[in-house]
Amino acid sequence: MGRFNIFQKILLYIAIAVFMTFILLPFFEMFMASLRPLEHLFRSPYQFWSDDMSLQAYSDIWVTVPMLGRYIFNSVFLATVTTMLCMSFVIPSAYSYARFSFKGKRISLGLFLGVNMFAGAVLLIPLYKLLRTFGFLNTYAAMFVPGAAFLVPTGIWLLKAYLEKIPIELEESAYIDGASRMYILRRVVLPLAVPGLIVVAVATFIGAYAQQFLFAITFNQKREFMPLPAGIFEFIGYQTVKWNQMMAASLVGIIPVLVIFLFLQKYLVEGLTKGALKQ
Amino acid sequence: MTLNGHLFFHSKMKSKILGHNTNWQKFVRSHTLYAWLLIAPAALFLILIVGWPLVETVRLSFTDAGLGGEKYIGWQNFEKLFKSRKYPGIVGRTFYWMFLSVSLKMILGLIGALLLNVKLRGRTTFRVLVMPPWIVPMAIGCIGWLWLYNGHFGIISGVLMHLGLLDGPFSFLAYKTSAFYSTVVTDVWIGTPMVTIFFLAAMQGVPQDLYEAAYVDGASRWYRFRRITIPQIMPVIVTMALLSSIWTFNSFEIIWILTEGGPRGATTTMIIDTYKMAIANYKFGYGATRALMVVILLTVFSLIYLLLLNKVNEKFKIK
Repeated sequence: MGRFNIFQKILLYIAIAVFMTFILLPFFEMFMASLRPLEHLFRSPYQFWSDDMSLQAYSDIWVTVPMLGRYIFNSVFLATVTTMLCMSFVIPSAYSYARFSFKGKRISLGLFLGVNMFAGAVLLIPLYKLLRTFGFLNTYAAMFVPGAAFLVPTGIWLLKAYLEKIPIELEESAYIDGASRMYILRRVVLPLAVPGLIVVAVATFIGAYAQQFLFAITFNQKREFMPLPAGIFEFIGYQTVKWNQMMAASLVGIIPVLVIFLFLQKYLVEGLTKGALKQ
Repeated sequence: MTLNGHLFFHSKMKSKILGHNTNWQKFVRSHTLYAWLLIAPAALFLILIVGWPLVETVRLSFTDAGLGGEKYIGWQNFEKLFKSRKYPGIVGRTFYWMFLSVSLKMILGLIGALLLNVKLRGRTTFRVLVMPPWIVPMAIGCIGWLWLYNGHFGIISGVLMHLGLLDGPFSFLAYKTSAFYSTVVTDVWIGTPMVTIFFLAAMQGVPQDLYEAAYVDGASRWYRFRRITIPQIMPVIVTMALLSSIWTFNSFEIIWILTEGGPRGATTTMIIDTYKMAIANYKFGYGATRALMVVILLTVFSLIYLLLLNKVNEKFKIK
């Protein structure tokens, strides 16, 4: 049906190339900057290629910012805890919304989704007080507790769509056989929902990894708990900005999330869009 | 089978098999209780972390809270805010920033989805390569743009100089107008992948026989795009536009990392302004008033959007 001729195909590839350049240019430039020695970076006018490129910055970063490894670990750790906390709230509620009809279902679901209206930045002052009351300030909890809260609504929405597709008959027969409701959820529903759980967990993890900046700079002052998006700015010194090393550290810091994404991207893209587009 | 049907079937089966009568009413009620029990942890968590702070923000906005304690001062914060000569500018800038950024995201997302939907070699790879700005931490992406916008060593300034469009190095984040549009470009860059992926999924959901029928009738590619693709994916477009508007309105990190709201307030949106007032200046009460304005304006915007949408749908008899 309406095949493209070779001329049109070339045009399409050019268009894709332009689009992809916009998307990938910052990463490419970060990589190029990370290869150059600092003094040669400040060379005007801009040069695309020079013969002094090396991977030196990738070993220097650990010396300039000794805590860098810790920051990356903190980021991964925070994202993991955020995901676990978030999922423990998401799973029972998503199951409830997927299976039961009850009073207040529509309203409560609407309220959950309404949380998306509020950014963390709007609620910072009361959140600060709240975290201080619990003694969470300057701990990991100062970042993962509010972090998880803002990821719960989307998680419920995505997982609900997935759970609705699991045939109800299986639960019925288990119920008739005398299984308790908790048993049904744990032993019948969850094993069947594993692919959906993976999608939601990975989406939550990526979201948690991506959005650590605001809560980190506002609720945490301790360097040992700093995640990478806040700690990376240590490459900006009083005198100079170590651009090449900052770029190298940035690229190293996104490896964890890229690895997870590359392994699971097929399920993720499919699951996210299918779940979200169902309505 | 509908949910109610299931419950009915359920209760009948149960009474048949277990050999005793279950009160149907009681059964549903116990289900309701169980359903709410499952939701309770998430609901309580969000009431604590989002609900209470929201109420507290309203309360604080009527006080002069700061580092030294607080007392009730009525509407004074609001009066001060409405009299402020700078504030209307900030509100206008925020909406303009949002409108510009969301429109570009929608247009680029649509173009991207169309390109990635064509059956070409390498399509799967392109679909993966489009994702990084979305999944990489925003702060890291912004650092990349910080480098690109750099006047002396950044590639944008460098290329423009090579092409003779610029006489000397130009630092994009140092001047009011260029800084404003630079933050928009970065925000578009971060937001486009998600829009692209969702539009793409919507396009794949359009029944293929619609296109075939149109093709047989001799409809051109442009006509098929206008009359089939666009109307079919319209629900996703309007939903994405609203969600994207809300997120863009609330966007903090991008502007904060690139410009901190400068130069001379050129990129200060309502969120940045609120953050500066509350966190940097310790004016918690007045900051809460500004935060409340963000919530109110965003709610009003969303309601008007949905209302207009309903009107349009009625007029064109879209389901």
